[in-house]
Amino acid sequence: MRLVVDLNRCQGYAQCAFLAPDVFALHGAEALMYDPQPADDRRPQVLRAAHACPVQAITVEGEDVGRASDGGGAGASRVG
Amino acid sequence: MPPVSVDGFPETFRREGRIVVVGASLAGLRAAETLRAEGFRGTLTMIGDEPHEPYDRPPLSKQVLLGLVPPDHTALPRRRAIDARWRLGTAATGLDAAAKEVRLADGDTVPYDRLLIATGVRSRPWPHELESDLDGVFVLRTRDHAARLHRRLSAGPRRVLVIGAGFTGSEIASACRGRGLPVTVAERGPAPLVGALGGVIGEVAAELQRAHGVDLRCGVQVTGLEGDSGGRVRRAHFSDGSAVDADVVVVCLGATRNTEWLAGSGLGAGPRGIACDAGCRAFDVRGIVTDDVFVAGDVARSPHPLFGYQFLSLEHWGNAVAQAETAAHNMISASVDRRPHLWMPSFWSAQFGVNIKSVGVPPMADQLLVTQGSLTEHRFTAVYGHQGRVIAATTFDQGKWLEFYERQIERAAPFPPEFPTVDRRPEGRHPIAAGFPDPSLPTHGPTVTLSGHSPADRRLSFTPRRA
Repeated sequence: MRLVVDLNRCQGYAQCAFLAPDVFALHGAEALMYDPQPADDRRPQVLRAAHACPVQAITVEGEDVGRASDGGGAGASRVG
Repeated sequence: MPPVSVDGFPETFRREGRIVVVGASLAGLRAAETLRAEGFRGTLTMIGDEPHEPYDRPPLSKQVLLGLVPPDHTALPRRRAIDARWRLGTAATGLDAAAKEVRLADGDTVPYDRLLIATGVRSRPWPHELESDLDGVFVLRTRDHAARLHRRLSAGPRRVLVIGAGFTGSEIASACRGRGLPVTVAERGPAPLVGALGGVIGEVAAELQRAHGVDLRCGVQVTGLEGDSGGRVRRAHFSDGSAVDADVVVVCLGATRNTEWLAGSGLGAGPRGIACDAGCRAFDVRGIVTDDVFVAGDVARSPHPLFGYQFLSLEHWGNAVAQAETAAHNMISASVDRRPHLWMPSFWSAQFGVNIKSVGVPPMADQLLVTQGSLTEHRFTAVYGHQGRVIAATTFDQGKWLEFYERQIERAAPFPPEFPTVDRRPEGRHPIAAGFPDPSLPTHGPTVTLSGHSPADRRLSFTPRRA
C-alpha cells in the first residue's frame, strides 16, 4: 500500500507513531520519517493513524482520509 | 445550452479535449488527478523522461539513504484513477506552439488542445565533465540516483564528501552520519543553508553539523576531484590548499530548471524557469500571456502579491501540489471561474534529528528576531522582517507555531512583532541582521528565488564559478 504525508501540514503530534509504530516514527523531537509503502497487512493500523492525525496530513491510496489532498491552498476544488 | 464565452466552449472541451502533461512527477500527477476530479473526460497524456511512475522525492535524501526504505518504495499514492495515456521513459524534446504539438525523443509528436508543463528541475552536475565521470561521484535528484548512492553507502566508504551545504547536501550528510560514515561537507558560503535561511540560522545549522561529527568546511570551494588509475574518485582538493581523501563524492550544487526543450518554442522560458501569470498561464517571450499553455511546480516562476508581485521560483513540495491543482482547474475553466495561485511558500527539512520548517520568503528579509526558544538550544522560532513587516518565519523543532506566523505574513503584520510571546529569551529582545549573502552570488540552497518583475526577463542566470 502507498501513502504520503504532507510534512508542511504535520506538526509532530505523533499520533501516527503511537498507532502504527513500524510505519511512522519521529527522529528527534518532531521530524517524522515514515515508510511510504508499508506491507498491506499494516493497512488497519495505517488507516487508524490517518484518521487520528489531528492535522489530517496523511494520504493513503484508495482511501478518502486526510485533507492532504487539498494542497493547503485556497479554492473550491476538493478531491474525494 | 451551455454558455458560449470568448474562452471557447468549456463543456465541449471538458468532454472531448486533449490535454498533455509534460512531467510525470508530483505536480504532473496531482494536476492529472484534479483534471479528472473536476470533470475532464477527454484525452489525457502523461509524458515523463524517467521510466518510473510518479514517485515522491523528499524521502530519497532521508529514509532511503538511511536504509529504512527501499529506493523504489516511494511511488506516490493515487487519489483517484486518472485514465491517462502514459509515455514514460520518453523525454519531451520540443514544442511547436503554433501547431500545438509536443515532440518526443523517440520522434513521435503528441498534439494537444491545452498543455501543462511540469518538467521540474534536475541536479546541477559537477562542472568538470572528466571529474564528474569518475566512479564514486554522485548527484541526488531521482530514484535511480538514490539507488546508486544508497548502494555505495552500504558498501562502507571510508569517507563521503558532500559538496554544497544546501538542504539536500545537509540531509545527505545527516544520513551518512546516521549510518556512522565519516563525512566532510564543503560549502562555498559562510555556513550551511545560508542562501535559504541566512547567516544567523546558518550558524545554528553549522553547530548541528559539527555536533554530529561532520567535518564541515565553510568558505572553501572544491577546486578539483582526483581519481585513481582505475577511474575511481579518491581525493578532493580545496581552494584553501587543503585536500581530503574520499571515495564517495556527492555533488549538491542546487538545481537547473528543465527548460532547454522549450528553446525556440516562443515561450518565456529560461534558466530561472518558465514565467507564468497568477493563473498558471505561461508567458511568451514578448511578455504576452498564452491561453493554452500552463505551468506548475519547480519549473514555474509566477508573481506573488504578498511579495511585491515579484516572480518567485519555488522548489517546494507543497507548491508543486497547490500550483498543479490550480493550473488543472484553470485549464478546464472559463475565465471567470479561474483561480489565482497564491500559495504561501512553505517547506520542511529533517536533518541531524531536527525538524526545520519555514513559511514565507526568508531571503527577502533584512532582519530577524528570535521570538521563542533559543538558537543555542537548536529549538526556536525566528521571524524575518523586510522593511518593517513580517515576511517569513523559520522554526527548529517548533513547527506548531508556524501557522500563526503564516497569518502574520498574510496580514503584512509589523516587524518587529508588537506582541509578547511565550518563552521569549533575552536574545529575542532586539532584531538582528538576518545575514543573507549578496544575492548576486547565489549559494546552493535558496529554495525560493526572487527573479524580478518582468515575465520576459531571461537575463538572470546562475552559472557555478569554474574552479
